[in-house]
Amino acid sequence: MTSWLPFEWIAASRFLREGRLQTSFIILGVAIGVGVIVFMSAALAGQQANVIRRVLSAQAHIVLLPPQEVARPLRDPARVAEAAIVQKPYQRLRSIDQWQRIVADVARMGNVTAVSPMASGPMLAVRGEATRAVTVSGVDAGHYFKIVPLPEKIVAGVARLNAEDIVVGTELASDLGVTVGDKLRVVPSVGPGTTLTITGIVDLGSKSANQRNAYVALHTAQALLGLIGGVTSIDLTVPDIYAAETVAQAIGAATGVEADSWIRTNTQLYIAINAQIVANTSIRIFVGLAIAFGIAAVLIVSVTQKSKEIGILRAMGASQGQILRVFLLEGGVLGLAGSLFGSALGAAAIVLWGVLVKNPDGTPLFPLELDPRLFVGAAVLATLTGIAAALAPAVRGARLDPVVAIRG
Amino acid sequence: MADDVLRLEAIRKAYYVGTPVESEVLHGVDLTLGKGEFCALMGPSGSGKSTLLNVIGLLDRPTGGRLFIDGRDTGGLDDRALTRLRGRSIGFVFQYHYLLPAFTALENVVMPMLVDRGHPDDAMRRRAGELLESVGLTPWRDNLAVNMSGGQQQRVAVARALAMNPSLILADEPTGNLDTKAAQGVFDLLREVNRTHGTTVLIVTHNHVLAAQCDRIIDLVDGRIVGDRRPEAATGRA
Repeated sequence: MTSWLPFEWIAASRFLREGRLQTSFIILGVAIGVGVIVFMSAALAGQQANVIRRVLSAQAHIVLLPPQEVARPLRDPARVAEAAIVQKPYQRLRSIDQWQRIVADVARMGNVTAVSPMASGPMLAVRGEATRAVTVSGVDAGHYFKIVPLPEKIVAGVARLNAEDIVVGTELASDLGVTVGDKLRVVPSVGPGTTLTITGIVDLGSKSANQRNAYVALHTAQALLGLIGGVTSIDLTVPDIYAAETVAQAIGAATGVEADSWIRTNTQLYIAINAQIVANTSIRIFVGLAIAFGIAAVLIVSVTQKSKEIGILRAMGASQGQILRVFLLEGGVLGLAGSLFGSALGAAAIVLWGVLVKNPDGTPLFPLELDPRLFVGAAVLATLTGIAAALAPAVRGARLDPVVAIRG
Repeated sequence: MADDVLRLEAIRKAYYVGTPVESEVLHGVDLTLGKGEFCALMGPSGSGKSTLLNVIGLLDRPTGGRLFIDGRDTGGLDDRALTRLRGRSIGFVFQYHYLLPAFTALENVVMPMLVDRGHPDDAMRRRAGELLESVGLTPWRDNLAVNMSGGQQQRVAVARALAMNPSLILADEPTGNLDTKAAQGVFDLLREVNRTHGTTVLIVTHNHVLAAQCDRIIDLVDGRIVGDRRPEAATGRA
């Protein structure tokens, strides 16, 4: 009682100190729960960020394509006659109409960070007897590298795309037995082919992508595909990846082109990420409930043990409100103390993870971040949980009949 | 009348009201205690002494009759007002001393003032120190309550009962758990408090020797006051 704290604090802290063993056990329990939540949240956030970064660093967040060609059956209003079968038309390789204007419009939108036009189509990569079907993407290096950072993925040579240059995936290079500096003949399905020099070999992070992909300068691809001045798609990146679908829909509505977001093209991945978030949230809720019931159980026992003291305090003139607040405070203190230790536990686990769990090359499997918001959130939530859990015991304590309580 | 510290008019107390096992413990008790009276309440076990004391102490509400503390009718007061009145006007000394074990002697005496005012201050501590000195416990002021003898604890309880300078002290067999010497010591202390502060004291006791030293003896049998007398002069101190 050396401090100037109000009665409720003095009584709550003294009661907690008196039941040291109970207090320390429940704080340990809360700490373990909070530690699990902190570590799991950090692990999940780290792993999600890692997966998304890996997936999205090899593709655009949104791809704009020319609208699909649809068959429009001729109808004659005079004679009610219609074709019985309407065949779906084949999709020709064709340019996005007025793509320069679309690029300029989209680039002006606030929620788009990079725009890059692309002319791409199927071709054959030929070297001697060996032939491979590849997708050749003609890009403007300056713009495209802001979307897919090819220079970071180069394993040999450089990511240079002049008129005569080609950058190929690692598997394609090994299949064809070529390396940097070698010549490679590229033949489109229609029209004459050309011979290009391999300037770089890239690892795109997946075997099939490495087998199929080759990059050339935009105008080289336009010439090969017979799309002079045209582009087949426009790649975009957005600052908020989870808003990609919304942005895509807005762009589609504004420009009339087909706009596909990564969420639509990677539905399974998106679902998996969402499922993880749901799983994490449920674990948090159930751990939180376990903490709440633990605190409630301890406080109910404490109210029973302290019933005589409650009776004495009531006889001395302590109001029901004062008794209620003493136990609510105890709950809050247990929650807060537990969350502080728990945050320390969680942080230690995160640091340990960084030290122990590594890739074969010694880099961390995926980086876990010590986000201060996570700790503040855990502390606030645990304190509120403690207070909420204390409500039932506190009401019980406050309602104790002093006569019965004193008699014991 | 104005000087009455306590006035009971036809106080009744029944339990299990409205059920087949309803039982009335107090059947219309009338009692008036004036300022500075030192009164013993005697009666066999089950006569309703403790119930009466709880009703007077505002720990329990009567089922009938009127109860005045310091001339104030307590009938219409809500729990909050009763708690406040109890804290300020009535001091309790229980048989099993009932100190708060987690607190020191000094803190136990500070407690009623702390509960009343919310925050501790130096004045409270000073007053608690003076009260402990008056009961001769200054050397033990920082001892935890559990580390003191029964007599010492009961002295602390008396000091605590005095903390709010109440007009009425209710003592429920305050010496029942003490040896003869310690019992007489605590009784003398209450008597001294009564004399120096003019505090009205109502003391429940089975001890005829101590009762004989009171100014007035009330006999309660089966929930009725059957005697209200002055102790016989012949019954001296043991």
